[in-house]
Amino acid sequence: MSAVDLGGLRLAHPVLNGSGTFDAIAAHRVFGDALLEEFPFSAYVSKTITLEPRDGNPPPRLWETAGGMINSIGLPNKGLAGYLEHDLPLLAALPVPLITNVMGSTAEELTALVEAVDDRDEISAVELNVSCPNVKTGLDIGADPGSLAAVLEVVRPRTRKPLIVKLTPNTADVAAVAVAAEAAGADAVSLINTLRAMALRPDGSGAPWLGGRTGGMSGPSIRHVALAQVAAVAARVQIPIVGMGGIQSAAHARQFLAAGATCVAVGTESFRDPATGARIAATLAAHEA
Amino acid sequence: MTAGFGRRPVLVTGREVMGPYVRLAVHDPGGEISAPGRFHMLAARDGWGGGEDERPYLPRALSPLRCDPAPTGGGVVVEFVLHDVGPGTHRLCALRPGDPAWLLGPLGGGFRPAPAGHRPVLVAGGIGVPPIAHLAGTLLGRTGMQEPFVAAGFRDRAHAVAALLLPGEAAVATDDGSAGHAGRVTDLLEDALDADLPSTVYACGPGPMLEAVRRICVERGVPGQLALESPMACGFGACFGCVVPLVEGGYARVCVDGPVLDADRLAEVPA
Repeated sequence: MSAVDLGGLRLAHPVLNGSGTFDAIAAHRVFGDALLEEFPFSAYVSKTITLEPRDGNPPPRLWETAGGMINSIGLPNKGLAGYLEHDLPLLAALPVPLITNVMGSTAEELTALVEAVDDRDEISAVELNVSCPNVKTGLDIGADPGSLAAVLEVVRPRTRKPLIVKLTPNTADVAAVAVAAEAAGADAVSLINTLRAMALRPDGSGAPWLGGRTGGMSGPSIRHVALAQVAAVAARVQIPIVGMGGIQSAAHARQFLAAGATCVAVGTESFRDPATGARIAATLAAHEA
Repeated sequence: MTAGFGRRPVLVTGREVMGPYVRLAVHDPGGEISAPGRFHMLAARDGWGGGEDERPYLPRALSPLRCDPAPTGGGVVVEFVLHDVGPGTHRLCALRPGDPAWLLGPLGGGFRPAPAGHRPVLVAGGIGVPPIAHLAGTLLGRTGMQEPFVAAGFRDRAHAVAALLLPGEAAVATDDGSAGHAGRVTDLLEDALDADLPSTVYACGPGPMLEAVRRICVERGVPGQLALESPMACGFGACFGCVVPLVEGGYARVCVDGPVLDADRLAEVPA
């Protein structure tokens, strides 16, 4: 498989992980060095790091759907300081470049996060999670081109590393948001994040099942929604796209590449088989040869 | 001990109906021995989906009844006990010898040895029998150790058939009194702990039972190792879906921090 250029980041093949769908530190403990020898992704995208530590949402956190699942995990993480001290040394030892995903809801938080990440040579690129509410409007930052542009005005000058914006699908016009990201200096966009979804308790009470009330839907049932959004964004921007949403096979990956993605990411399918990314990358390479 | 990376294709080699349960054996040529309390993720290769609400989609976490070297073909034979309670277990119960399946594991951390001089007190509830039976098999007749006390609770006589999977003598309780002690298995646990021998409790069963065992252990200051069950998407720490609350605050992932967790670390066992 030929190398790809993701906004200035050279990668050995086009298959990444979706943020928050693969804990490389836990997986190394479980699978040992076999994980490093057959590392399934050409870059490792961290789960979302916030300035302060988060425990995440109360359980239940999962609901299985027809061809997928809804999660309400709530971005548990050790916070920026904990990430830099405990996780970064382990992630830096992975055999692939590290992309650190960050989320902040204020300019101060974003500045602290991005400056800290920019400062570390072990980190090759930054991915910005904009699926968090604007404190003034209550709308997700990534749902509104103006809000996103305002955030990138803060973030873009603070790092020279490639900056990837992870777009939310929960918006009327994802391509308009992607255009705003490109105009504000993003080096790439990644999409789609999970689709907002809800499950009710099976007892007929009408109460929500998930501890976080609503969650995000992922898995093969959302793949065609993702494909449409990737195609819509590809028609409007020049910067590279990381396409994801329900990819299970090399055939699915090729569809996203054909729709205009430069890279693809595997998420939920890694839950069913952690080696999915390696299988897809190998199949893509074999067909290309 | 680490698990092979990636799920492996396996074949069902045995199936036996035991009352409301199905005992299923799979041959995993690439597998390794699984210690009691560890678990695997199991899915049927074909027809995984299309059941109730077009599920299942995710593999199911199951702690084996036993895991032994395969007589032929290398690797191991892993035996599971299934109870048809939803779309995933329904499909797994329908597997027949020769059917292909996917297996990942062994995963998680199993039961740890009791401190020297402690009597192992094993408590199982319903479909929690398999890992307790697996553990009991490794403890029985071991020299220099206290003989374990084993108790198992079921809703009724029909479900109590699973007590036959426990090696050696086991005390039985049923909720409706149709077999053994009429009442909860925790009654038998409290009687055993009243004997006032230094004891370590090992338990696996439904959430409410484990929560009762957790309270008993904490109130009496007895070490307890609880094998928890939780819905999980992956089994190897990726999804953060299987968490349980800790006394110290925050959550533990059942898959990588457990599934065997100390009673005094848990704030509660979710129902």
